[in-house]
Amino acid sequence: MAEVGMRPPASPLRRRALRALRWLFTPLRPDDYLELINPLWSTRELRGRVERVEPERGGAATVLIRPGFDWVGHRPGQYVRLGVVINGVHHWRAYSLTSSPDRPDGLISVTPKKVDGGVVSPYLVERARAGEVVRLGEVEGSFVLPSKLDRGLLFVTAGSGITPVMSMLRHLDLEDGLRDVVHLHSARDADGVTFGDELADLEKRHDGFRLELRITGEDGRLTPDDLDTLCPDWREREAYCCGPGELLDALRKHWKRHGDADLLHRERFQPIVGGDDADGAGGTVRFTHKNLDAECPPGTPILVAGENAGVDMPFGCRVGVCHTCVLPIREGRIRDLRTNVVSEKHHEIVRTCIHGAEGPVTVEL
Amino acid sequence: MSSQTAVTHPFAHLGEEQLAELAREFDAIHDQVRGDLGERDRRYIKGVIRLHRQIAVAGRVLLLGSRSKVAWTAGTGCLAIAKILENMEIGHNVLHGQWDWMNDPYIHSSTWDWDTASTSAAWKHSHNFIHHTYTNIRGKDKDLGYEIMRIDPHQKWHPAYLAQPFYNLLLMAFFEWGVAVHDLDVEAIRSGEKPMKDVWHDIKGISGKARDQILKDYVGWPLVSALAQTAISRITSPEPRSRLKVLADKARGRSRTGALRAQFDAVRADGGSAFAATFWADFTANIIRNLWAHSIIFCGHFPDQTYTFGQDEVRDETRGGWYVRQLVGAANITGSPLFHLMSGNLGYQVEHHLFPDMPSSRYAEIAPRVKDICARYGLPYNTGPFSRQLGTVHRTILRLAFPGGKPRPKPGPYRGEEETRRAA
Repeated sequence: MAEVGMRPPASPLRRRALRALRWLFTPLRPDDYLELINPLWSTRELRGRVERVEPERGGAATVLIRPGFDWVGHRPGQYVRLGVVINGVHHWRAYSLTSSPDRPDGLISVTPKKVDGGVVSPYLVERARAGEVVRLGEVEGSFVLPSKLDRGLLFVTAGSGITPVMSMLRHLDLEDGLRDVVHLHSARDADGVTFGDELADLEKRHDGFRLELRITGEDGRLTPDDLDTLCPDWREREAYCCGPGELLDALRKHWKRHGDADLLHRERFQPIVGGDDADGAGGTVRFTHKNLDAECPPGTPILVAGENAGVDMPFGCRVGVCHTCVLPIREGRIRDLRTNVVSEKHHEIVRTCIHGAEGPVTVEL
Repeated sequence: MSSQTAVTHPFAHLGEEQLAELAREFDAIHDQVRGDLGERDRRYIKGVIRLHRQIAVAGRVLLLGSRSKVAWTAGTGCLAIAKILENMEIGHNVLHGQWDWMNDPYIHSSTWDWDTASTSAAWKHSHNFIHHTYTNIRGKDKDLGYEIMRIDPHQKWHPAYLAQPFYNLLLMAFFEWGVAVHDLDVEAIRSGEKPMKDVWHDIKGISGKARDQILKDYVGWPLVSALAQTAISRITSPEPRSRLKVLADKARGRSRTGALRAQFDAVRADGGSAFAATFWADFTANIIRNLWAHSIIFCGHFPDQTYTFGQDEVRDETRGGWYVRQLVGAANITGSPLFHLMSGNLGYQVEHHLFPDMPSSRYAEIAPRVKDICARYGLPYNTGPFSRQLGTVHRTILRLAFPGGKPRPKPGPYRGEEETRRAA
């Protein structure tokens, strides 16, 4: 079955009333009729209406959404699965929430950056309009602030890695928590700093917030060795890093060797699967019931290989979160494209969106 | 038996090479439409679903006043139309997976259930798999006569078939129940092909759906009408019970039972007739839906024009052979766009059998290309007006109730619109 949004926090009374009436509407539900009046009334999946789309610097846009029910809340730094209908097809992506959970107007926001050749981000940045209905999945993620702030904070972000940290900063701003915070942010060019103005404003208003902006187009990329000059007491701080994989890997090594690895929290800004510099040999995927073979080059998920071969593949978030794309593998070796771990499968169910073929693979579809 | 196989094979003139080329042409139509599906198609199916639900609501609301003749007729009509739309253009096609490409969890073959007695799982097996794979192969396609009728002269006659014109009438009226039982596949149960575990599972599924359907149509909504009617009567002509009398009754200590009894009598008088009226309205709507579905569906494969196949004829069938079997085993019905909407686009049975998972709204668009292929490859394109198609079906049912019978003459290769009309 296709991916669905989260179960909305409807009142138990309302649920009970709807359930009591269900037998009059079988095989449909009262919800099916109420949704004709307002699609946001669904008690089956949480939906929201786009309130407005605000362009941001750096090819991004903030999409502000009013959920159909009071927002369930999130911890700053977490992400939400967002479902949008593009040219008739439901697509799901996971995006970091950039809004503070305690926004007085009850809106939530995500700030996707347009990925060239992508499907959902170009749509959200360029074509999404106010009034549009979107679907909201579960809030997930363990990249969150500690429950008690007993030490200073260090944020290291790059590019759109700023998004989960933005929610944290906005939350800390409202809670008067920006008392001892250092933020090292990298962006390619000075004009394209997403949230640049807001970060500058935060720095102006809070003595305890220090922003070190690095323009990588001019100064080159940040390396762990820069930490000692930019933030000499980095070892003492609770550190939150979000950015491309190689930055995170370098930081992890650095913390392991020179600091306390427990204090480092990492999040890939976009759990991109595969890529150009993919490992492995790839392989051929056989879809038994369709009687069809698909070429699966290195770094390509089985899901994409199937789609390219014209197979109607079940899919959802495409980043390994939602398990909509799972299919039984009859036999074959597959590679987890996130961890590069290769494993042999026999009659096992796997997520096709994050696994590539490593040699011949037979899928039951 | 072989003496009856007088019909020449409709595609005996096509070589392996030509069949492969034909398969490529049909595949190309499929792929081109698949690549073109988008917002327009989504708007269409969402629109039909919305239309169905609005008409269903209208029908149920009208039937709150089911004691009025006008409301009863209009309400029954709405309900029948809603059920037809829901079963045919929506349910049948969604269960075929025609709309799965939208990735919409609520319009998806894996989650859909329809307003009829068959469970969607059993239907997907007996219809999508058995019927659509083995279309018109005698002894394999269990929809060929539905295991109870002699619809093809090759089927061996049995005295029980003498009764088929009568039980066909029953089947027409109670088609949804016939289909539900047919999905059980009685023949496979008898031959031991189907494990008892599966049979039990299916029976449980059907009885669950039967209970829900009966509860909704014959208890639930009649009850709602009865309550509504009672409420209306109370408001429009309140009981002449003065407040003083109520107080007096209370003083005498018979307030409770007396009031309750009065209430009960009123409900029985006002509500009873409303209950019955809505009960019969729902019954009538179901019968209308059944008659219509039966007629459209029987015109799909049983008119004179269609071919059936022996199992040895389809051994080692290629993809091209499969396409042609679908093509000549089905028959279309000509009609207006409204007719096609109300018949779930099964008036394009030929296109549906070639591409069962293509959104039904696209069949009309590809029909000219299918006809073009028929003309170029010298293949028949079976079609005709509803009255003629239905007439030949019922003639066959009558004729084959008796022993003997020969395959009816076939129309031969399709020669373009003009020529076909002239010939007719």
